[in-house]
Amino acid sequence: MAKRSNEPILWVLFSAGGVVAAFLIPVLLFLLFLAFPLGWITPPSYHGLLALVRLPITRLALFVLSFFSLFHWAHRFRYTLYDGLQIKHLNQLIFPFCYGGAVVGSVIAGYILWNIG
Amino acid sequence: MAETITLEVTRYSPEQDVEPRFQQYEVPLRKDWVVLDALNHIKDKVDGSLTFRWSCRMGICGSCGMMVNGEPKLTCATFLSSYAAEGRIRVQPLRYFPVIRDLVVAIEDFMSKLQSVKPWLIRNEEKPVSEGEYLQTPDQLDLYKQFSMCINCMLCYAACPVVGLDPAFIGPAAIALAQRYNMDSRDQGAQERMDVLAQHEGIWGCTFVGDCTKACPKKVDPAGAIQQYKLTATVDRLKSLLMPWGAK
Amino acid sequence: MSQARQNATYTEFRPRWYRARVSTWWWMGRWSYLKFILREISSVFVAWFVVELLLALNALSTGPQEYSEFQLFLRNPVVVATNVVSLFFVIFHALTWFNLAPKAMAVRVRGKRIPDLWIAGPNYVAWAAVSAIVAWFLLRA
Repeated sequence: MAKRSNEPILWVLFSAGGVVAAFLIPVLLFLLFLAFPLGWITPPSYHGLLALVRLPITRLALFVLSFFSLFHWAHRFRYTLYDGLQIKHLNQLIFPFCYGGAVVGSVIAGYILWNIG
Repeated sequence: MAETITLEVTRYSPEQDVEPRFQQYEVPLRKDWVVLDALNHIKDKVDGSLTFRWSCRMGICGSCGMMVNGEPKLTCATFLSSYAAEGRIRVQPLRYFPVIRDLVVAIEDFMSKLQSVKPWLIRNEEKPVSEGEYLQTPDQLDLYKQFSMCINCMLCYAACPVVGLDPAFIGPAAIALAQRYNMDSRDQGAQERMDVLAQHEGIWGCTFVGDCTKACPKKVDPAGAIQQYKLTATVDRLKSLLMPWGAK
Repeated sequence: MSQARQNATYTEFRPRWYRARVSTWWWMGRWSYLKFILREISSVFVAWFVVELLLALNALSTGPQEYSEFQLFLRNPVVVATNVVSLFFVIFHALTWFNLAPKAMAVRVRGKRIPDLWIAGPNYVAWAAVSAIVAWFLLRA
């Protein structure tokens, strides 16, 4: 059997990230980072929000969202650098940067969500 | 409607030119003429040195593909009158292919890519002729029929930026052709083809720009074939990861 | 070309094939190419959202003081502008994602391929429903 590439695994992560990002990010971005801070919509209280985020299910959902979205970014950004800038020869740098970034980001996300108090 | 239209045609003579140049020709703007008719008019009446490929004039041989005002087109199916408003038609050789002369491109690389996916029925064991033919239901035919419509005109390669960026990329038509056989109920060669297709230069080079499907004059939808195959290859890879003892 | 040369020795006798180099700006000047690049760039804003989300969660978990400082940060005009652009891109991502989904999934029912809209349509409905549910939880908090 010829050597099989690992692209399928990266592609699954990319696709899963594409789905969660498409469903969740527009509404979260609009409410949390535009409508609430700018006062377009009355924001929830600090304690209400903290209580919501403390729920295990919320933490799990936010971790899943962060993890897959970061791997979605890693895949797309890698190909954007290959094709958009034609720098595929720098793959030795591009690949660790993209996936290393996704791994580090996921670890940080896990740490923050685990320790939310 | 004006009586003539300007054709701006790429000329390249490997003996004289360092790079291609354009030559302008005025041709009659006839309602029933396609771009290929205009090129033949030039060759017969104006300039016999103009070189281009063509054969059937009815959109089935796939040899007259060229860039018409920047779009990959079969010149036998592209009417001059569609461009009457612009008053000028620019005819260039298919993009991303090496140019041999004028509008003629080198297709050797394309042909070897087509061949690399083993586009024929592969059987583990051929049954003797005396047992008759391999039967197929209309539904089984319908699964791959769309992919069998390809005429190898290479318009999808000229539409695909990845073909230009990565010359090793196997390309839309070759992958769609592989799918034509993979999805044929009489074929048993899917695993053999996967060794070629599931490489970075196979399906994974594709970033789903989708222009191959738009360019296809036969509605083959190579972009769809590639994405569907990504799913197939992924399922296969995950299976071999999760159940290594089942791997061949 | 190298492969072609190996397979076809006679190409040695026409050594002056002309090969055009693909321009660095190949994705400009053609809407479908530009749309493709914008679609791929949307991933940068997806990543930016995750970073912002982690900053917000960090502030939220540290205390009310840090949280209100973070709200001030979000009102900074540069941050607001970035978030407006990000919103445009993540919506663009969602739209292109749902539109391309049917092309990648050839679902067949009784041997016939189902129309694209049957896959894209439910995606849009689900998108609206998920957004409404998320908004309801956030507004109720």
